[in-house]
Amino acid sequence: MTAPATKPQAAPAALALADDALVLAQRLGEWAGHAPVLEEDVALANIALDLLGQARVLYTLLGDEDELAYLREERAFRNAQLVEQPNGDFAHTIARQLYFSTYHHLLHTQLATTPAPDAATEDTTAPDIRALAAKAAKETAYHREHAELWTLRLGDGTPESHHRMQRAIDTLWRYTGELFQDLDGLQLDLHTLESNWHTAITDTLTQATLTVPESPRTSAWTAGAGRQGLHTETFGRMLAEMQHLHRSHPGASW
Amino acid sequence: MVKTPGTEAPPRPTTPHRQAPSPLEEHLRTLAGQVPDPELPVITLAELGVLRDVRLTSPDHAQVDLTPTYTGCPALQNMATDVEHTLHTAGITHVTVRTVLTPPWTTDDITPDGLRKLADFGIAPPRPQHTTGPITISLGPTRTDTPPPACPHCGSTDTELLSRFSSTACKALHRCLNCREPFDHFKEL
Repeated sequence: MTAPATKPQAAPAALALADDALVLAQRLGEWAGHAPVLEEDVALANIALDLLGQARVLYTLLGDEDELAYLREERAFRNAQLVEQPNGDFAHTIARQLYFSTYHHLLHTQLATTPAPDAATEDTTAPDIRALAAKAAKETAYHREHAELWTLRLGDGTPESHHRMQRAIDTLWRYTGELFQDLDGLQLDLHTLESNWHTAITDTLTQATLTVPESPRTSAWTAGAGRQGLHTETFGRMLAEMQHLHRSHPGASW
Repeated sequence: MVKTPGTEAPPRPTTPHRQAPSPLEEHLRTLAGQVPDPELPVITLAELGVLRDVRLTSPDHAQVDLTPTYTGCPALQNMATDVEHTLHTAGITHVTVRTVLTPPWTTDDITPDGLRKLADFGIAPPRPQHTTGPITISLGPTRTDTPPPACPHCGSTDTELLSRFSSTACKALHRCLNCREPFDHFKEL
């Protein structure tokens, strides 16, 4: 795929989706060598790899993938704040996975299965995003299933695992409202997306003997959020680690 | 059961209209299709179903379309390099490999020969799917897969899932409860 000559209108949507995937891939990659069991080391790395592949396809629609990943400042990233949240303990990572992969799967399914609107309302980048979504929907179904199964095991496990899973579910809840903001240039039925997400999360948490949080799904104090380039404190440190090698040794390869 | 909306299969897009391949293009496609998969060398790219097209845009320039199994599959780069090398050896000076995503690859694209070779190699092959839409997920107890894949070593279907993700993204790790051997299952996509 070659970079288009004119800036497509769906570029903001492609960038937001690419940044979500890249940032979460980086976070999941931090587990390599540290997961509770070897199978999870492998599973989290595999999920990260799928996300990285999706990010690369989207960045390539927009320009040079390395420049976009390694040479932008924090404020230029458009990922939702949820995906940049630190890994915490394993329950925290699973809660983040549950919230995000459920959204990701539903979003890609909607993009892949709803007929594309008239060319007048979506530009030339949108069909490429939809083509990727048809592939990503199948991959993210496995990510979602992985998170759901672990939510069940931890929530309905020991008193300690239940306590930690509930704490993670509660802590990350306030980052979930942001997922349902408009993605510029893509026609989406956000109302259905959000309602399906809420139903699915409620089903899983209930089956896992966990309590669905009732607090607001956005923080009163945030002035916008990740989609507007505003990020939480830990994101800068994550970027520093991710970008350090490329910035210190421009053009390095092996 | 978590039912995903809109799971009815969309019609499978056909290859964009192009002229029938010339005998040389057919020959090059056969050669490229014989390249072994870098990670599962028992099966070829043709058997895996990832080689979409080989055409000559000029007498010394071949364009090859490959599709990834998973979007992030790191083997794709090796496949491209191996195909380029094969076609160079066959006398084609310039080879361009394109990555195509549409229609998305599915495990139904693996040929019957490919499925048999996977099983012979000790990997439980993917089962046929009836739709190309997203997978329906059943939220059940852990360590189950319905129906469980048969053990490639002893044939028993008394097997359990150890992990959805194995040594590569396309495989899941299972264990046979009859012969106790662990095995990989090429999961349906």
